[in-house]
Amino acid sequence: MTDAVAGLHLKSISCTRGYRDLFTNLEFELCPGQVLRVEGKNGSGKTSLLRIMAGLAQPLEGEVLWQGRKIHHAESDYFQNLLFLGHRAAIKFELTPIENLCMAKSLHGSNTENGIEEALYQVGLYGFEDIPCAQLSAGQKRRVALAQLFLSRAKCWILDEPYTSLDVNAVSMLEGLFAKHLNNGGMLVITSHQPITIPAGEQRKLVLPNTQLEPLI
Amino acid sequence: MTAPVLTPSTMSAFISLIKRDLMLSYRHRNELLNPLLFFVIVVTLFPLGVSPEKQLLQTMAPGVIWVAALLAAMLSLDTLFKSDYEDGTLEQIMLSPHSNALLVLAKIISHWLVTGVPIILLAPLLGLFMFLPGEGIITLMLTLLLGTPILSLVGAIGMALTLGLNRGGMLLSLLVLPLYIPVLIFSASAVDASMAGLEIKGQLYFLGALLVLSITLAPLAAATALKISVE
Repeated sequence: MTDAVAGLHLKSISCTRGYRDLFTNLEFELCPGQVLRVEGKNGSGKTSLLRIMAGLAQPLEGEVLWQGRKIHHAESDYFQNLLFLGHRAAIKFELTPIENLCMAKSLHGSNTENGIEEALYQVGLYGFEDIPCAQLSAGQKRRVALAQLFLSRAKCWILDEPYTSLDVNAVSMLEGLFAKHLNNGGMLVITSHQPITIPAGEQRKLVLPNTQLEPLI
Repeated sequence: MTAPVLTPSTMSAFISLIKRDLMLSYRHRNELLNPLLFFVIVVTLFPLGVSPEKQLLQTMAPGVIWVAALLAAMLSLDTLFKSDYEDGTLEQIMLSPHSNALLVLAKIISHWLVTGVPIILLAPLLGLFMFLPGEGIITLMLTLLLGTPILSLVGAIGMALTLGLNRGGMLLSLLVLPLYIPVLIFSASAVDASMAGLEIKGQLYFLGALLVLSITLAPLAAATALKISVE
């Protein structure tokens, strides 16, 4: 047996979309305190890779291991430690930010610490907590989804384009949060078309469809 | 694979999902009215279209009311997973450390509470329209009480399977209606039998058995189907 990686381990992952190969034999490890930035053109398979890592999609070949176990054999343990935020924000427009976060919190079970109001305050939605999300702006809706990060104690965050429709302040607030997460031994996988400057953690970059990790400047 | 464990946090997720869905339905109450209106209108059209004669309506009543209830239940299935699928909530449910089948069961229960229960409550009124006698109405409500949860549970499997498809509606009815037929047959025959003064235990036992079977198996099947649909 190989010794288990303390985090996420992708073993020769291949993925196709229709008849097109997106990437083949992708292999890397993500350990506590590391950031993986996934970059690439539109349609290069960033979201597909993230969904495979989260266990939402099956790779054509290869497997994803969490602490040395296949994620489908360690589902409850892996999902306890995973926070995945995709393109679709999982925010109900009919519900208020508080109601939305209550639901997210109970779905992720015991894996939460700060209070919800505190989280809303952190993302700058103080005063908006009782307004249905339908009346919030796109950026504010995004902030509601990102408030989950403040509630989460998950070790592994997989974020797909978290910066979409956020303003400069929100981006720097997020980067501060990422730094804190990484310093606490968290892991982060992130895609973005905007430049990312996270002042902590060991930075690694993957530019699809290349499957070799690039060292970061 | 470990068996789903009923921890307090799983129970709280189960209950808050039911609560959330009820709250969402309350804020969308117009949408709920559609299948109910359909149910009432279909039944009230029969006396107009066929004949207002008491004898004829009485014999048709169990079948007509049950067919209308069945179609209304199918119409209402559309709202079960669709919005959660579109806004990504379903992904979060699948990624929850809690048992997916249990969370799916929570969604089905809240769906039944807002679509099945109103049908049961409206049934006596429609029974009166169709000249159903008292014992017939009571049996009708009993069969609906046992039968409508089965419709929601089995419908959830069909809905989960057709979720990712563009025009799943047609396929949904093809998948689900054949599975609804036993419920229809036993329910209508129970109401018939009670009007004739016969024993109805047999039919009710059968409906009860179907209900137990679908409560235990349908959430598992629907959760697995949802996993495929989310992919």
